[in-house]
Amino acid sequence: MRVALSTMSAINLNHPGRYVHWGVIQISVANLVLILLMVAIFAAAILLPFPGTRRRK
Amino acid sequence: MTAVPASPEDAALDREESGGWTGWVRRRALRSFPPDQLLPDKQPIYVASWIYVFGVATIAAFIVVLATGGILALRGPAWWHESSLGHYVNSTHLWSVELFMAFMVIHLWGKFFMAAWRGKRALTWITGAVSFLASIGTAFTGYLTQQNLASQWVSTQAKDGLNSVGIGSYFNVLDFGQMLMWHIVLLPLGVGLLVVAHVLLVRRHGVVPPFPPKDAHDVNSTATEGSVPA
Amino acid sequence: MTAATARVHRRVADPAAQPWAGAKRPYDLVKEFVIALVVVSLLTVILAALFSSPDDKQLTLAEWAKAAPNDFVATAATELDGTSGSATYGAPYTHDKSAAQKIGPLAPQNWPGVTIPIDSVQDFVVRPLEGAAVSPDLQAALKQWTAANADQQQKWASAYDTALANAPDTDPAKIATGDYGPVPVMMTQLLALAQSGGLDGALLAQGRFYQTDYTKPLLFLADGTYLEDLARAQHLGGDQWGMMNETGNYPGQAWLWLYTFWYQVKPFSTSGNGDALVWSLMALLTLVFVLVPFVPGVRSIPKLIPIHRLIWRNYYRDVEGGAATAAPEISSS
Repeated sequence: MRVALSTMSAINLNHPGRYVHWGVIQISVANLVLILLMVAIFAAAILLPFPGTRRRK
Repeated sequence: MTAVPASPEDAALDREESGGWTGWVRRRALRSFPPDQLLPDKQPIYVASWIYVFGVATIAAFIVVLATGGILALRGPAWWHESSLGHYVNSTHLWSVELFMAFMVIHLWGKFFMAAWRGKRALTWITGAVSFLASIGTAFTGYLTQQNLASQWVSTQAKDGLNSVGIGSYFNVLDFGQMLMWHIVLLPLGVGLLVVAHVLLVRRHGVVPPFPPKDAHDVNSTATEGSVPA
Repeated sequence: MTAATARVHRRVADPAAQPWAGAKRPYDLVKEFVIALVVVSLLTVILAALFSSPDDKQLTLAEWAKAAPNDFVATAATELDGTSGSATYGAPYTHDKSAAQKIGPLAPQNWPGVTIPIDSVQDFVVRPLEGAAVSPDLQAALKQWTAANADQQQKWASAYDTALANAPDTDPAKIATGDYGPVPVMMTQLLALAQSGGLDGALLAQGRFYQTDYTKPLLFLADGTYLEDLARAQHLGGDQWGMMNETGNYPGQAWLWLYTFWYQVKPFSTSGNGDALVWSLMALLTLVFVLVPFVPGVRSIPKLIPIHRLIWRNYYRDVEGGAATAAPEISSS
């Protein structure tokens, strides 16, 4: 890796990327994790109860 | 306290057509956006889901993107290659952009499944969609102006797509100076204006109501779903 | 309700366009915004500290010339005989109209004309050498080159390029003997100039003092294979979904998934007009995206996939199966 400046970070992502292959689809693990996270957040946003919506009966 | 009686001149100033251009702009603005519609402290009862926070989350992320970009601008485009602090600031700029794009897309998914263009809100959708595209363009020019291997590769690849349709003749991705100015001046301004228009439209039309409930008595409910707004 | 009144109701304004007359609840927008700003700022600061950002070192012409001298010379030879990517590109760099990509009968690539003129012989070889012509050998070679007519120059350059392609390892030192005129000296000197770092400066400066336009050094770099090799090693190639990717294990540009997808499949992946075709297709799909409210079918998807029933489940629970009318406005503090 041609890193310009050595920087300290807790998790070093400057190693060769890992990729997942499925037919014509090729996606980096990083991108896949990001997309799955977004879908999970979307699902959570819709399913989790929002404050103040308890039934007033 | 005794009130001073209005003179005939004062009475004239109170009439609708007074105030010149300033008066006209003020009256138009107040008519379109009465203060308690511009900044309401209540929302319709159906605005009660976490999905609704992703619009404001996107705007908050946009502000952090601008702020971190502004700090990078203080020391110029080469700073982050030469300084650990500069590199850290660059990292904040990158991750605020990742958050910005992620929140915007989640907001888009939510608005799509709510069919939020209903009820004459097509322009809200359109300004949102164009903001998304302008944001992609802004991110693209950001990648071009990193001045590292990625910039060299992205620019020499992207030129082919843009040249093939004639755009590359005017928008030269190999021209660092041009791309930097688009990235820090023109595109953020464009995105900013679009976001302002988008939010004003939401304030103007209100948050889109739910699809009519299933046992609604109004037959008209199905006829107007997804209808083309006037 | 009769059909007659239904028709009358259809002429009534769209209910979704009416101001909400139902119940409201307190909602503090400014507080929500401030909380969002704080949360996003915190997330940003933490993510940046955890993961940093990628910065793969820029590739200089000097580094290229030192790491892959054969590739460098082979590229320079194609610039000189006019067969390089830049030299045969067409608009906006050269005047060859037939080089343009086509969308059906249209060639929009040609419409603006040559707005960024590139003369591969002068820009990439002769002028940089003239600017650095210190050695008598080089001065003599350049004199021989400029004294010859265009046909002769082309003969030498093409012969050299062909011979180099056939040489073992495309090594200029192992090239077969032939009539190449001053070309071998020019190539050797250009390599030396590049390895010393002088070519980086010469290609960028173009005789000026201030400069912010890297068109020429980038085009020259991209005409070779070394830059591409480095990029492909990081999955950044066009047919590797490269547009979506970033160096290392960093997330890239996931939002470009559909744009890069077309480059992976036929006919785009094998067509000489691939870029133009993908661009126009994406322009069309982008228009559809922007105009979703008006696109039949697409705009009905939210009804067919009723995620909205989950989003508004509290509202539906309160309104359905009970009173069908919306509750009157309740003003609460």
